[in-house]
Amino acid sequence: MPKEIKNNILQKPFSRRALLKGGALGLASLALPVGNADASVWEAFLQKHFKEMNDDELQSVIKRMEKEYAEKYNVNFNIKSTKPLPGTLFGYGLDVSRCIGCRRCVYACVKENNQSMEPQIHWITVLRFKKGEKWVSSLEEAEVYYAPPEVPEEGHFYMPVQCQQCENPPCVKVCPTQATWKERDGIVVVDYNWCIGCRYCMAACPYGARHFNWGQPNRAKQEYNTETHYLGNRPRYKGVVEKCTFCIQRTRENPGRYPACVEICPVGARKFGNLLDPDSEIRYCIENKRVFRLKEDLNTSPKFYYFFAT
Amino acid sequence: MQKIPYVLYFALFVFLLLFEVAKAKDDIPEFFVPPPPFSEGIFPCSGCHKGMEVNTNRRELSYHEDIKLKHFDGWCLDCHNPNDRDKLRLASGKVIPFTESYYLCGQCHGDIFRDWKAGVHGKRTGMWNGKKEYRLCVHCHWPHQPRFRPLEPLPPPVNPEDNKYKKVTQDQIPLNPVNNISDKLR
Ligand code: HEC
Ligand code: HEC
Ligand code: HEC
Ligand code: HEC
Repeated sequence: MPKEIKNNILQKPFSRRALLKGGALGLASLALPVGNADASVWEAFLQKHFKEMNDDELQSVIKRMEKEYAEKYNVNFNIKSTKPLPGTLFGYGLDVSRCIGCRRCVYACVKENNQSMEPQIHWITVLRFKKGEKWVSSLEEAEVYYAPPEVPEEGHFYMPVQCQQCENPPCVKVCPTQATWKERDGIVVVDYNWCIGCRYCMAACPYGARHFNWGQPNRAKQEYNTETHYLGNRPRYKGVVEKCTFCIQRTRENPGRYPACVEICPVGARKFGNLLDPDSEIRYCIENKRVFRLKEDLNTSPKFYYFFAT
Repeated sequence: MQKIPYVLYFALFVFLLLFEVAKAKDDIPEFFVPPPPFSEGIFPCSGCHKGMEVNTNRRELSYHEDIKLKHFDGWCLDCHNPNDRDKLRLASGKVIPFTESYYLCGQCHGDIFRDWKAGVHGKRTGMWNGKKEYRLCVHCHWPHQPRFRPLEPLPPPVNPEDNKYKKVTQDQIPLNPVNNISDKLR
């Protein structure tokens, strides 16, 4: 099999995009190989929507994918498809009065979630504001490239932003292929095999939380996290959109670990838990602290709560 | 009449049993924490302090020179137990181990202690729906100068405009800087 075609298995979105572009199946299918050897290309092309697959179908898709990844990356990935836990609605809290802007979370996230290192993709962006400045409404004007020798800096505060896991997500509404949706536990997910890379969702997201793979995702081989979830940190393809999933591969277990960003935060500014559990730390924050959400006036209803503990 | 001593023995036995259970329960710390962040070799303190005369005067110390108090207006023995240096002592006179130093801090920082117990001040790691590990206040606040110490930030993101279509070879891919940090608290 020629090398380019083999690689294309992992870039199936291109075939799908070619199909849309061509407008006619006949034209597009010219791009697809014929014959037995390439059965998996056809399998990938004909794969059903995630929500329409039964368990067996999903398992066979995952098998195929694990094989493709092993060939492409020379690394064995384990891809889970764990379903939402019953009675769980995830919520996140961030104490802005503690955050010191050290960016540990940014890179712990990268380590956990197999983002491309080159070109660089970060799911968390830490914004720096001057104290007293007008801010929540003008996130776009915040400084993101600050690099002093030490943080926190006098007269500044910091606010990390990532996917806000909206109850009412505008990104989901605009997706023409239903490649992104909200799961029962509140996590907004992307199926990288259905994403056609049109980036409507990126335009619709008011938080700049979605990121596009412009180039071929690249990462040093030894740095891959092989414990993955289909809807989370499995390696992505060139030309698809990705974002924070509250570490779905960790949190959707019983017991499940805290997200990587919560685990690393040296100041303990990051809080995570079940909004439906009255004893969870996130409920404590909502009930005892003055919480707010970003761009509340847009009615996106994020499940990401910011607060000032003091 | 011969039976009475047996009954008494039994009562005594039950009493002792209950007493032991109550004591044991008292010994189990309520919050699971990693070991206190002592400097190497300093614990047990009794290694030096056993038999050493206790001097309650406020003074320049000829030892522990690295400790300069910059906290409330107090002195070492407001926190450290004069009679057994391997323990701390609360204002009530209650003696507690270093693994429970949060009770010491909680005396004066009640609101923060309340948030801490709920997992909101400070941090917990482990399972969000299972076993959690707290951090002691002193993992983040050196009790003698408790202000949180500044950290070196990890690098800023690269400007996306420089970044879009870069082609790189395998050995040009940068490694994750998070692997190089050695923060005490991880
Ligand atoms: C606010 C209460 C408080 C005061 C006041 C205080 N200490 Fe401490 N000190 C502690 C606690 C709590 C620890 C335990 C830290 C740990 O768990 O690692 C400690 C640890 C120490 C240690 C071990 C340090 C190490 O390197 O591991 C020494 C020595 C010490 N204190 C000496 C002193 C001296 C001398 C003074 C007075 C000048 C003093 N302390 C005042 C609370 C206090
Ligand atoms: C290597 C020996 C050594 C060790 C180990 C040691 N100390 Fe000391 N410590 C001293 C000496 C000597 C002094 C007296 C200094 C002076 O009087 O100028 C002292 C003084 C103190 C004082 C001042 C009050 C007093 O009693 O004079 C405190 C509080 C104290 N030590 C706490 C601790 C604690 C807590 C530890 C264990 C974490 C510890 N020390 C371990 C040698 C030691
Ligand atoms: C006897 C009462 C008392 C105890 C015990 C006490 N503190 Fe304090 N603490 C204070 C007071 C008063 C202040 C505010 C004045 C100051 O900063 O000196 C303070 C300030 C602080 C600050 C803020 C410092 C700053 O510069 O922002 C921290 C952090 C702190 N304490 C942590 C602790 C920890 C950790 C412990 C336990 C090892 C502890 N405290 C035990 C009375 C206490
Ligand atoms: C995971 C690290 C961490 C732990 C554990 C922790 N703190 Fe803090 N604490 C912080 C940070 C960060 C700040 C903000 C410091 C700053 O702004 O300089 C802070 C601030 C404080 C302050 C200053 C007042 C305020 O609200 O800003 C006090 C007092 C304090 N902590 C006490 C405690 C006590 C008591 C405990 C234990 C019951 C504790 N802390 C545990 C990280 C921690």
